[in-house]
Amino acid sequence: MKISGGNYLFPAILAIMGIFLLAGCTTDHRFVKKTAFKEADAIIIEFAGPVDEAWAGNASNFEVYEKPDPDIKLKIQKVTVSADRKTVILTFADALNKNQPHILTMHSISSEGKSMGTAILSVKKVYLGYLFSILIGAMIINNFVFTKYLGLCVFFGTSQKKSTAVGMGITFTIVIVVSAMMSWFLYDFVLQPFRLNFLQIVVFIGLVSLSVQAVDTILRKVNPLLFKAFGVYLVLVIANCIIIAVPLILADNQYNAFESLMLALGAGLGFLTALFLMSSVRERLELANVPPTYRGLPIAFVVAGLFALAFLGFSGMSIF
Amino acid sequence: MPATTKTNFQLVSNGILDENPIFRLALSMCPAVGISTTVMNGLMLGTAVLFVQVFSSCTIAAIKNHIHPRIRIPTYTLTIATWVTVIDLVLAAYMPAAYKEMGIFVKLIVAFAIITMRLEIFACKNSVSASFWDGIGMGLGFMFGMVSLGLVRELLGMGTILGYDVLGFRPLLFFVLPAAGFFCVGIMMAMFNYIELVYNRKKRAKQV
Repeated sequence: MKISGGNYLFPAILAIMGIFLLAGCTTDHRFVKKTAFKEADAIIIEFAGPVDEAWAGNASNFEVYEKPDPDIKLKIQKVTVSADRKTVILTFADALNKNQPHILTMHSISSEGKSMGTAILSVKKVYLGYLFSILIGAMIINNFVFTKYLGLCVFFGTSQKKSTAVGMGITFTIVIVVSAMMSWFLYDFVLQPFRLNFLQIVVFIGLVSLSVQAVDTILRKVNPLLFKAFGVYLVLVIANCIIIAVPLILADNQYNAFESLMLALGAGLGFLTALFLMSSVRERLELANVPPTYRGLPIAFVVAGLFALAFLGFSGMSIF
Repeated sequence: MPATTKTNFQLVSNGILDENPIFRLALSMCPAVGISTTVMNGLMLGTAVLFVQVFSSCTIAAIKNHIHPRIRIPTYTLTIATWVTVIDLVLAAYMPAAYKEMGIFVKLIVAFAIITMRLEIFACKNSVSASFWDGIGMGLGFMFGMVSLGLVRELLGMGTILGYDVLGFRPLLFFVLPAAGFFCVGIMMAMFNYIELVYNRKKRAKQV
């Protein structure tokens, strides 16, 4: 009997990933619908129901700081409540640095006399531009290979030929996106709510090996042709430390689903770029007359050093 | 491979010289390039790796008869992850400054090929005490590589060793740049190759 599950497998995976993505859109507090930057020096907060003016009018109920500096509270100049009492606009004394996520704390929100609890939210720049900057940041400006020095074993192992390099890069990108999304889901919905943060290394390494195995099995059944081309690289993916670094970074920065996706995609594409650049040079090196002591790995390291120097030129660049 | 017949001293020196993880096996290159800017960093990460290697080797050697062969790799991975979590939390609690400097590399010890490799080819076939000495050797070998890289880079880049001013001037500021790690490792590997080349030539000359 032939099981025709293959046709439904990809849509099913896409649907599951779509649910993950949607789950990332909501804010962390049930009573707050949306928070966003407005103009240069204001933050706009939308509530699910009307809030009391007496509560909202008191500026000491709101506390805002930039995420890296929790000690420096930003000074709120004015709080404006809209006519239907569902929207509150905080105006600040100085212009806000929108490149940093801001943490907004609202003490015991009161609505129609009832307390809704305290909300701690992060306010981020909206949004495509910010996502794009994470992508380009992970891919080029903070390229994982040339500026963070991760994944070097696999990088030097598979950059001898262009075809191998591209195959490895593509496989790696697919696996890292899948495993990063799974790690994000587990971190956000299991590890964090139950305060199991200290288990993140154990959980992530297990999850990564699991997702490599899953991609292996699915690819073998769904598309044997593709598996034949890329199957060999799957074993190597697990030996690459970028794949475990990405979940750790997104847990550290508390990224949401979109940001995690962009970081993983950027890391994968950045690795692909690095491999491609390196393999083009190493194919030429085969023909060059290299001193015998430098043949093989040593000269590859020197070449990678030159690339790293070139990539230093991107540092400090910011998009949007 | 049957159980080892080497003495404890041979096991340790094997890890430091013959199978040095960084210069001979070319494994776990990431920290060697990334954070070998000072001797202190090398010492710290070397200690962490030594700890993880020794403890996971001993753990696996102790329970080797109870591990089903088909799930041995996941078992190794989880054992290593557990010990990495321990050292990660300890470092974060007692040495926050050094921990911050090393950044994500402490957590990434879990992905070091060298540790899994030692478990697979040594610890799962040998007694606890032999695995202990093998772990010490491998850890010291890694530390030796990291510290020697750090020594060269710190001396040439900053003119200091362990923060103490030795030279009084900065010969080549280039070496403290993160990118110089690649050059440093490349040149050191070439040096090892050169020494080996000369050594072999001499040996051949003696034979003839």
